[in-house]
Amino acid sequence: MSNTLVLVEQSGGALARGAAELLAAAAALGTPSAVVVTDGDGAEIASQLGSLGANTVYVASVPGDASRLVTPLVAALAAAVTASGDVAAVIVGSTLDSREAGARLAVRIGGAYQSDVVGIADSGAVTQQAFGGAFTVQSTAGKGIPIISLRPNSVAGSAPAAAGTLVPLDVSNDGAPAATVTARHEKSAVSARPELQSADIVVSGGRGLGSKEKFVLVEELADAFGGAVGASRAAVDAGYVEHNMQVGQTGVTVSPNVYIALGISGAIQHRAGMQSAKTIIAINKDASAPIFDIADFGVVGDLFTVVPQLIDAVNARKA
Amino acid sequence: MKIAVLVKEVPDTWGDRKIDPTTKRVDRSGELVIDEINEKAVEAALLVKEANPGSEVTAVTMGPSGSLDAIRKSLAMGADSGIHITDDGLAGSDASQTSAALATALAPRGFDLVITGNESTDGRTAAVPAMLAERLGIAQLTFLRTLEVSGGTVSGERMTEDGHVDVSAPLPALVSVTEQIAEARYPNFKSIMAAKKKPVETIGIAGLGLDAAETGGSNSWSVVEAVTPRPPRAGGTVIKDDGTAGTQIADFLAAAKLI
Repeated sequence: MSNTLVLVEQSGGALARGAAELLAAAAALGTPSAVVVTDGDGAEIASQLGSLGANTVYVASVPGDASRLVTPLVAALAAAVTASGDVAAVIVGSTLDSREAGARLAVRIGGAYQSDVVGIADSGAVTQQAFGGAFTVQSTAGKGIPIISLRPNSVAGSAPAAAGTLVPLDVSNDGAPAATVTARHEKSAVSARPELQSADIVVSGGRGLGSKEKFVLVEELADAFGGAVGASRAAVDAGYVEHNMQVGQTGVTVSPNVYIALGISGAIQHRAGMQSAKTIIAINKDASAPIFDIADFGVVGDLFTVVPQLIDAVNARKA
Repeated sequence: MKIAVLVKEVPDTWGDRKIDPTTKRVDRSGELVIDEINEKAVEAALLVKEANPGSEVTAVTMGPSGSLDAIRKSLAMGADSGIHITDDGLAGSDASQTSAALATALAPRGFDLVITGNESTDGRTAAVPAMLAERLGIAQLTFLRTLEVSGGTVSGERMTEDGHVDVSAPLPALVSVTEQIAEARYPNFKSIMAAKKKPVETIGIAGLGLDAAETGGSNSWSVVEAVTPRPPRAGGTVIKDDGTAGTQIADFLAAAKLI
C-alpha cells in the first residue's frame, strides 16, 4: 500500500491540535506517516505520533526551527516525499503555516494543491465548499501527488496505533530564502475555550454589542455553552475584539452545530462565513435584519435582556 | 525600488455569486469589481513608494481580455504602470498555474517587492502568494497587517491563529497583506484622467514563453469534477421578545437536543 504523509506542527515538543484527525484521514488513503520539524531529536514526538497511527515519523531536526517562516516545513515535506518513495497523498492542516507549506510543496515537487477540504473519499477525490458553502465542489488531482489541506472536524474516527518509527531527514541543504520570525506575540495555545474553526457551538457578536466592555456578554454566553467566541467584521473594525475572531468572507469560515448571532445584522459577507451552520439562532433589535432570513430561531429584542436570561436557562439545565 | 502589486477582478461579494454548472468555473457574467483586498494591497504599495522616493509601482493582473478595470483602478489610485496577462489558453488556470504565469511575467522585470492580497474573495485558496514566492525564490512575508520597508529590509506583523508574529527579511521579497493593512485612498477626477495616459503592457502565453501544453483548465493540477449548489436556507421561527425569549431559545435548543 502507498504511503500517505501528514504534516504535523509542534511547538516546544507539544503537538498541534488536529494531528489525530490528519492521521485518521491519511489512514483511509494509504499507510499513514508523519512529518515533523523540531529543534530537538524528535524521539518523544515520534512515540506520541506512533500512538496516533503514524507508521513512520520523518523528523527534520532544525536548530531554531521556529525562526524561519514556513520554508523548513516545505523542505521537510519534500525530503519526506523523496525518502518515502511511493506517496499516495500529502495531507496538511488548516493553519496558515501548514496551508502555505502545502501550497509551496505543490510547486516544488509537482503536486495538485487542494485547499480547504471538508471531505475525502476513499478514491482520493475531495470535497470543498465555494462561496461560503453556497456550492459544494468535488475535485481530483489531474496530475501529480494530491496535497490536501484539511479543514478541522472534517474526518471522523481515528487511526490504529502504529510503530512510529523515527526516520531522520537531512534538510541542511535547504537554500530557500525565508523571512525571519523575530518575536512571537501569541496567546498560550492552552485556552479554556474551543478553537473557533472547529467548535461545536459558536457565539458571535456584532456592532449591536456597542462597546468592547459590553462584548464580554458574548464571551459569557459562549462559556455557558462551552462554545467558541466569534465576531462580525463590524465588531472587529470597531475594535471590540481581535481580527482572528472574525467570522465571514474575509475571516474564518465556521460550520458548527449551533451558531448564535448577537447584534449581527447578517450582511451577505458575514453569512458567507457561517451559513453552513446546522442551526442558526439570532438575536437582534432590528426585525428587518437579514440574519433573520436564515435563522432557525430568531428573537427580535434587546440582547442585553435576552442573553442574560438565556445564560441562566442554560446554566439551570446543566445544574 | 521596483514594486509589483497583484490585482484582479472578482464577482461582487454584495451580489449573488455563482459557479457555472457547465464550465465548473466562477460565473463572471455579472458585476465584476476589483477585489477589496487588492485595493488595500495597492494602498500598501503606494505607501511604500511614498516612504521610499524614486520607487515605481506596477499593477499586474491576469484575466480575460476585457478585464482591465482592476488595473485602471490601481492606476487611478497612483500606480505608475500596468501589466495585463491575458490569453484564452490561460482560462481555467488553478492556483499553481496562475502562480507560474505570474512568476514568468515578474521574474525578468526585476521587482524588489511583490505585494498581494492575502486571499481573494472568489477562490479563497490563499495559495498563490506562497506559490509565487516559491517560484521566484524570494522570502515570503504573508498575512501582514503592518508593513514597513526601509534600508533594504521589509518587516511587519504576520497574523496567526493565536495572535501575531513579527517577521523580517531582506529584499527582494513577497508580501501579502490582510484587510487591516490600510484603508484604500479614493482616486480624484484628476488622477482618474491621468490614469488613462499611463502605460499598460499586454502579454500572452507566447510572450511569457509558457508551454501551451501546461496552461489552462485542461492541463490543471487540480480538476473540478462536479459542482452542486446548496439549496437556499429557509428562515425558521422569528419571535418578538415578550420577556421570555431567552428561556424560549434554551427550550428550542433543548428540544433539538443541541444542549
